[in-house]
Amino acid sequence: MPSMTNTDFSLSIEDLTVSFDGFKAVDNLNLYIDKNELHVVIGPNGAGKTTVLDLICGKTKSTSGSIKFLNQELTTLSEHEIVRRGVGRKFQTPSIYENLSVFENLEVSYPEGRGVFGSLFFKRSEKVISKINEIAKLIMLDGEMETEAALLSHGQKQWLEIGMLLIQDPQLLMLDEPVAGMSVKEREQTAELLNSISKGRSVLVIEHDMEFVERIAHKVTVLHQGKILAAGKMDEVQKDPKVIEVYLGH
Amino acid sequence: MSFVYDKLLGGKSGAIGLLVLSVIILIVFPMLLDGFRLNLVGKYLTYAFAAISLVLLWGYGGTLSLGQGIFFGLGGYGMAMFLKLEASSPENTAIQSTPGIPDFMDWNQITALPWFWEPFSSFGFTLLAILVLPALFAYFIGVAMFKRRVGGVYFAIITQVIAVILTVLIVGQQGYTGGINGITDLRTLNGWDITSDSAKYLFYYINCGLLIGVILLSRFILTSKFGRLLLAIRDKEDRVRFSGYDVANFKIFIFCFAAFVSALGGAMFTLQVGFMSPSFVGIVPSIEMVIFAAVGGRMSLIGVVYGTLLINFGKTTFSESFPELWLFLMGGTFIAVVMFFPNGLAGLWSQYSPDIIKKIRSTFGMANPELPLSSPGLKETNS
Ligand SMILES: Nc1ncnc2c1ncn2[C@@H]1O[C@H](COP(=O)(O)OP(=O)(O)OP(=O)(O)O)[C@@H](O)[C@H]1O
Ligand SMILES: [Mg+2]
Repeated sequence: MPSMTNTDFSLSIEDLTVSFDGFKAVDNLNLYIDKNELHVVIGPNGAGKTTVLDLICGKTKSTSGSIKFLNQELTTLSEHEIVRRGVGRKFQTPSIYENLSVFENLEVSYPEGRGVFGSLFFKRSEKVISKINEIAKLIMLDGEMETEAALLSHGQKQWLEIGMLLIQDPQLLMLDEPVAGMSVKEREQTAELLNSISKGRSVLVIEHDMEFVERIAHKVTVLHQGKILAAGKMDEVQKDPKVIEVYLGH
Repeated sequence: MSFVYDKLLGGKSGAIGLLVLSVIILIVFPMLLDGFRLNLVGKYLTYAFAAISLVLLWGYGGTLSLGQGIFFGLGGYGMAMFLKLEASSPENTAIQSTPGIPDFMDWNQITALPWFWEPFSSFGFTLLAILVLPALFAYFIGVAMFKRRVGGVYFAIITQVIAVILTVLIVGQQGYTGGINGITDLRTLNGWDITSDSAKYLFYYINCGLLIGVILLSRFILTSKFGRLLLAIRDKEDRVRFSGYDVANFKIFIFCFAAFVSALGGAMFTLQVGFMSPSFVGIVPSIEMVIFAAVGGRMSLIGVVYGTLLINFGKTTFSESFPELWLFLMGGTFIAVVMFFPNGLAGLWSQYSPDIIKKIRSTFGMANPELPLSSPGLKETNS
């Protein structure tokens, strides 16, 4: 049941549970994220990390519990309403529009003209173009504006998807494995990008690459079998014997 | 790259493509063909409306409808009902046991005009019904399907089933619909003989005008953000949804628009051919429409018009001499196109025309490098 209490947190997840035919992929989860906080969720494969994002963005409906974002209950909203409340989510596999150019990918994501008639009469105004240019520069794709997205490298596709979220200026940005498939240099650039975009909003990242996590995380939550195994600062979590046993040990 | 495509579509070259098509259908055909043949071309061009509707719905939107015959039929029947009522004036039907109702009703022992026929005695209502009812029907189907996230193959099958149901209904309810023979013997429109040569010429030109209008309207949709969203939905529906769009609404709208366009074609069919029957509503015509779109190039508004003409010329030529063979030939063509030329004639044109145009240019010393037929998304991945 949704909780009645309001908090100062940007995102507060309380007693969240989802069960798939009796299997609890997320089990009584409590998670709080502050504004300006970059929170990383780590954990072994199948721990339920992606499922948590699915629950927040409405892709999966929770069995019980509450998800409050800026003190608004999200569990009762539909997907596009959640997005319009300021929640952006990047998928684990880069999810961009392959047949559209980089520019068009960003334009389609621009948060205006979101209705049928709004989109029919949407104008590519100076304001829109300059916002697209600004974001493209941020994600290091300003030289690839007219490139068909299908032709981008894997890393560039990840950046493009992040850019498609940033153009909506979300208050909560959720990134599922943003550096998967990236070169070392691209990872460094992405870490810088994340550090710069976490200001003024909350960012929730799922990642396996510990070196990368160390570089970006303000706080870390370790998930295991749908439950929180440990949470806190990176160096504390890394020393936790339970974490070492189930996750970091191998 | 897509900037260029946008410009091609809305800009000079898009206009050239449309101009070429207009010259062919408005000037070349009427000059070369006798009245009978021109009327035949006019009939083919009414199918092109349905093919264009599939460019939007299927080519761009990624939603295959195997039931565009439904809407073609609704438009056609709407017009036919009006014309039939006019042809069934009490004077014309004095020999019937109930004069003043359509002949097939009389044959089926119906003694009064059914309530849903009544409003079709008004031409204004009929026009409105043709413009609105098919789209409204599509709206209900669309809401029922897309809001529940039914799509892909399931949607295709359901549209097919609706086409079948509608055909069965029309055939079964002979007294109300004219049954398998359809609604025939249509003669006048507001007293004007529609079987006359001058009427046929006029309808041909009206039909061409509407077709060009529909192409322009479709272009407006496709070059807007809506058009790019269609491609985006086709490619990554979830990404669109999680970018804040209510995806179902976009699918519903384009399905309604496709229905509207197909219905226009159906109404023009009735006017030019002089009857309407269930054989233009069911599975076979619906699938033929998909074939026209596939052969012409499902990403090209203009390509599908050529595709429709080509297949129908072929059908008329071959099916006269080898009726059985034709079905296999058409099926084979469809499979070949899907497997080897996923973008149909338009795809072939945009692939080879640069060379051809270059050759022409160098021969005549002209300088115009743009391609008239190109359209965006020809680079599409086929899924
Ligand atoms: N819709 C669903 N129906 C049934 N089971 C599901 C569903 N979604 C996720 N699961 C299961 O829930 C568990 C958690 O999956 P999830 O994708 O959240 O893991 P993850 O932590 O993201 O793993 P990875 O690191 O491999 O991405 C898995 O066992 C998965 O099979
Ligand atoms: Mg995952």
